[in-house]
Amino acid sequence: MSAADLAAYAGRALAGHRLRSLLSLLGVSVGIAAVILLTALGEGARRYVVDQFAQIGSSFVAVLPGKTDTTGAMPGVGGVPNDLTLEDTRALERALPQVDLIAPFVVATDEVAWRDRRRQVMVLGVTAEFAELRRLSLARGRFLPATELGRGGSLAVLGDRLARELFGNGDPIGAAVRIGGRRCRVIGVLAPRGQQLGMNMDDVVLVPVATGMRMFNRSSLFRIVIDVGPEGDVEAVKARALEVLVERHGEEDVTLITEAAVVDSLSAILDALTLAVAAIAAISLAVAGIGILNVLLVAVSERTAEIGLLRAVGASRRQVLACFLTEAVLLSGLGGAVGLAAGAAGVRILVGIWPALPAAPPAWAIAAAVVLSLAVGATFGWLPARRAAALDPVRALSGR
Amino acid sequence: MIELDRLSRTYEIGGEPVHALVEVTESIAAGEHVAIMGPSGSGKSTLLHLVGCLDRPTSGSYRFEGREVGALAEAELDRLRQRRFGFVFQAFHLVARLDGLGNVELPMVFAQVPRAERRERAHAALEAVGLAHRAGHRPSELSGGERQRLAIARALAMRPGVLLADEPTGNLDTKSGNAVLDLLDRLNGEGLTLLVVTHDPRVARRADRTVILADGAIVRRARREELAQALTEWGLGVEPHE
Repeated sequence: MSAADLAAYAGRALAGHRLRSLLSLLGVSVGIAAVILLTALGEGARRYVVDQFAQIGSSFVAVLPGKTDTTGAMPGVGGVPNDLTLEDTRALERALPQVDLIAPFVVATDEVAWRDRRRQVMVLGVTAEFAELRRLSLARGRFLPATELGRGGSLAVLGDRLARELFGNGDPIGAAVRIGGRRCRVIGVLAPRGQQLGMNMDDVVLVPVATGMRMFNRSSLFRIVIDVGPEGDVEAVKARALEVLVERHGEEDVTLITEAAVVDSLSAILDALTLAVAAIAAISLAVAGIGILNVLLVAVSERTAEIGLLRAVGASRRQVLACFLTEAVLLSGLGGAVGLAAGAAGVRILVGIWPALPAAPPAWAIAAAVVLSLAVGATFGWLPARRAAALDPVRALSGR
Repeated sequence: MIELDRLSRTYEIGGEPVHALVEVTESIAAGEHVAIMGPSGSGKSTLLHLVGCLDRPTSGSYRFEGREVGALAEAELDRLRQRRFGFVFQAFHLVARLDGLGNVELPMVFAQVPRAERRERAHAALEAVGLAHRAGHRPSELSGGERQRLAIARALAMRPGVLLADEPTGNLDTKSGNAVLDLLDRLNGEGLTLLVVTHDPRVARRADRTVILADGAIVRRARREELAQALTEWGLGVEPHE
């Protein structure tokens, strides 16, 4: 029996029970659409994160105070890590002349006030390099000047939203705002930027790093970010930076993270999440499979006499098995096709609602959806098909 | 062509053995027209199923065209049913969702006859039973007589050597029954071996000879001219139901 004949025979049989067939097909469609939609979401989230890093541009190495990895040190040795200081920053600048920029910063949350308006925002103590690092542009005024690291100055650059909330339509440039009880003169306002690496750059205030450290009574920096530049050798810079800091601190008490490592680990986490979500969606396929099983069991018992006839006209057990298995695979395959289309439409709608999310089902999910839908039919169709093939032709002819 | 030697078939129903056929010995030559009669439960259908390789005997020997059927593998039996036997049933057993042509093509689909040839042969078979004009109709749109003729066309599609008919006129009125019987006679005249199970003496009367079964055993063989007497002897002479 050719594949076309099998498909035609099975297709006619399914068409004979349109509603029943459509309903069990729908079950598979829902499962497949769920797989497509959920993996598209997961993949979208992953791409979103990777894109965020790509926006930042070239490769960087971030230096964090403290050691996050377990070392083999004896208890009591090492202890509290040394501070990561502006002196360390200067030492890195001297040791790494080849890098694009080195940007130290501190972070805190504090109140920013102008006249009677107050806002709790993120305060970033940064240097002039920070604007370049984060590709920040200014709507008004200027950014923090490039001065000697240790020199603070009571200057502030406001995020777009913060500026609007404090000053409305007024011009903030030259105004004196209070940040954590200290008066700072506003010298610039950032252009709207939105969310970036988990920080809303519209809702921040930037002050010189030395000012920030004094303001919050910090002796250690939060990070030193080294922008290696697009052509730079990240690993070499990382190794040299570590060497410098270990020499200065007398022990390895800092953690260096490369952009690639961050992207990789985030990407891996989101991949795992996508897979988990896909697996959950796949459970609905098992439910759909039970639907197919049920429909086919009913079909076999309804068509017992037909099976007897097929055997009488010379169909082998194997051919009878193939007929019913084809019905199952046809049901689930069509369901899968409908599900793929519905899933794709769902993804389009999703992207329409939330354009920032680059949601698209990964290729493996589409392949898996196709394979899964066929596998569901073959698996759950097996039992009824076997039952049909095992019928005794004489008894089947009398409908028993 | 068909040689049965002490053929028996025993079923188990509820743990009790039921002797459906007991040591049946019979020979049927190619081109013969033989009727099988007997009361209900006498084993007529069982005999037909055994001859048609739908069932296997419990003991005894069945040689078909010189080959011992009992020794054949299942695939060989499938092949025999496919190529050498045509079945006609009282209940027609047409596939309701297929039209006339589709029903006639069905055996050829499973026998992997190429599509074009299949169509041609189905049309020829429909022509032979006088249903060429009904090729596109579904069984539900046909009369009883037409349905049975369609079933005969299906049985002929694979050009079998033997046609096995189980009460072919059982569900038909006299007129359409006669049309079916005329058709069977004609096919027999063209060389087709015919084995017909029936309750109806009018059907048996058309056969060259009749075999009468009772309780699974052959109790009487009658040539056409002896039929009336034989049926009276076995209480089968009365016209059946209706």
